[in-house]
Amino acid sequence: MRIPLPFKKKSKLNAMDGFQKVLVVLLVLFAIFMLLPLIYIFNHAFKPYNELFVYPPNIFVREPTVQNFMELFLVATSSTVPVTRYLFNSIVISASAVVLVTVVSALCAYPISKHKFPGHKIVFATIILTLMFAPEAVQIPRYLVVSHLGIMNTYFGHILPLLAMPVGVFLMKQFIDQVPGELLEAARIDGAPEFMVFLRIVMPVCLPAVATVAILTFQNSWSNVETSTLFMQDDEMKNFPFFLQTLTNNLANTVARQGAAAAAAVVMFLPNLIIFLTFQSKVIATMAHSGIK
Amino acid sequence: MLNNRAELARPKAAVKVNVTEKWRRLLSEIWQYRLSYLFIAPFMLCFVAFILIPVLAAFGLSFTYFNAIEQPRFIGWQNFQYLISQDLLFLKYALPNTFKFAVIVGPGGYVAAFLLAWLITQLPAVLRKWFALAMYTPSLTAGIAMSIVWLPLLTGDRIGYLNSILLNLGAIDEPLLWVTDKKYLMNSMIVVTLWSSMGVGFLAMLAGILNVNQELYEAGRIDGMSSRLQEIWYVTIPSMKPQMLFGAVMAIVSTFKAGAIGVELSGTNPTPQYAGHLIINHIDDYGFIRFEMGYAAAVSVFLLILMYVSNKLCWGLFGTKEGE
Repeated sequence: MRIPLPFKKKSKLNAMDGFQKVLVVLLVLFAIFMLLPLIYIFNHAFKPYNELFVYPPNIFVREPTVQNFMELFLVATSSTVPVTRYLFNSIVISASAVVLVTVVSALCAYPISKHKFPGHKIVFATIILTLMFAPEAVQIPRYLVVSHLGIMNTYFGHILPLLAMPVGVFLMKQFIDQVPGELLEAARIDGAPEFMVFLRIVMPVCLPAVATVAILTFQNSWSNVETSTLFMQDDEMKNFPFFLQTLTNNLANTVARQGAAAAAAVVMFLPNLIIFLTFQSKVIATMAHSGIK
Repeated sequence: MLNNRAELARPKAAVKVNVTEKWRRLLSEIWQYRLSYLFIAPFMLCFVAFILIPVLAAFGLSFTYFNAIEQPRFIGWQNFQYLISQDLLFLKYALPNTFKFAVIVGPGGYVAAFLLAWLITQLPAVLRKWFALAMYTPSLTAGIAMSIVWLPLLTGDRIGYLNSILLNLGAIDEPLLWVTDKKYLMNSMIVVTLWSSMGVGFLAMLAGILNVNQELYEAGRIDGMSSRLQEIWYVTIPSMKPQMLFGAVMAIVSTFKAGAIGVELSGTNPTPQYAGHLIINHIDDYGFIRFEMGYAAAVSVFLLILMYVSNKLCWGLFGTKEGE
């Protein structure tokens, strides 16, 4: 099936010229270079021990085995808390973080962009300013806040700190700025309550931003070890990346469990890849057949 | 005399009335917008608890001596005085290194992100997803890619890929120490960071370009635009100003916040002869190795000011006026 392009064939301007073709070829080469780590991670996980330590490393695996994955899950079953518990925690945390962060940041960005309520400038300026603060310096105060709120060893302790994502609000606000005010005005005149305006007009137009924030949040929460190390004392409440970290800590120069580490890299990375592909293609799909804006 | 005093008193009273009147008006306005506050409440509550209060606390700590065990002791401006007058490591290495790093990586990564995003949108829709994935992979794989791709590539002996290629080509006579020699470490850091800089900013720009109203291009063509460069300059960039600004701010934030890279590449902390010592390394050094949290907080306040100033520049370039 031929996919109709937005422009092309309509004027000479957009016909692929020689320069454009050269660019595409270069881009393909560049993309292959950028994709190297991805290819490598997958091959690495299936390498037997003798191939893992070849230096300089081979990209492609010669004799693939699943031994590494076996090792990872054997280690995992012999620990006190079953690995499924860590996985379950991670999934609960990431899923709720993705949903809540997108909703909460969109809700916050909409009035900042479109309602001129008193103080909207201060609110936005503060969000931007804190975006720039080095996270290293705030770890101790953060710990104190969490312990005073009494949310240690609960899922709230994992999720609530993730909800405060200034990047999300900033990005959403930048997209909502592009929604013409007349559109919202028209809806209000037709009698739509404010929440409807937000849900039916603002959100659909900002789908690209929603998808981007979702991808980001997932990446953040899926690989987040900070809340587990700082705020969780019970082993049952810690998440999967924390478990992997204890498994693979100080591995840099040892032979033991290198295979498990390679397999763990795939387990950590695969969900990221899937989430990226789903959301990114959603963005591109919405853009391809809709004349919104 | 009396007369005089009365005259003095009158404007004061008038001001007072004015102030209370203003307050009343502000309060009623706030009440009018109560729905807006309800919208922002969920985010603001978390934001205040987990970001604003900790950041304010860090501000407070920057005026104290605090070793994370005893109670903080107030010492006024001493931390800042020491920072800008006596901390040789900071003045001689961290500051210039950070500037060099930021000036090259910031704008470089930003322009690259825009160009790549634009090139990708010029491709057929089926291909876009895969190219977007390819460019974004480095950010997805972050740490893993580092140890797998760059370390073998930049190893300082004959088996390092880069060295062996250059030796075969005859470009160099003996292997170069890409990551442990202070002459090359900075450049290696810059290249690697540029490679992985297609992060949030890139995604936002990609979405922004796809979001540009296609009719504008049609209109431009009717008005006689004849090249893609003109399209970019007159249509694409102006209609995605918010995303350009977002990309710029994120570029600044991420370059100033980059720090681990030098340590990861060279494998030592601090980096050889402080060649890759950035402000963030300095904060880490004082905060988590020497446990001088107060001083570390002061350094991060300094970093914040630095970032704020560079951001002002971006708002000047890309910021949109109210109601535009």
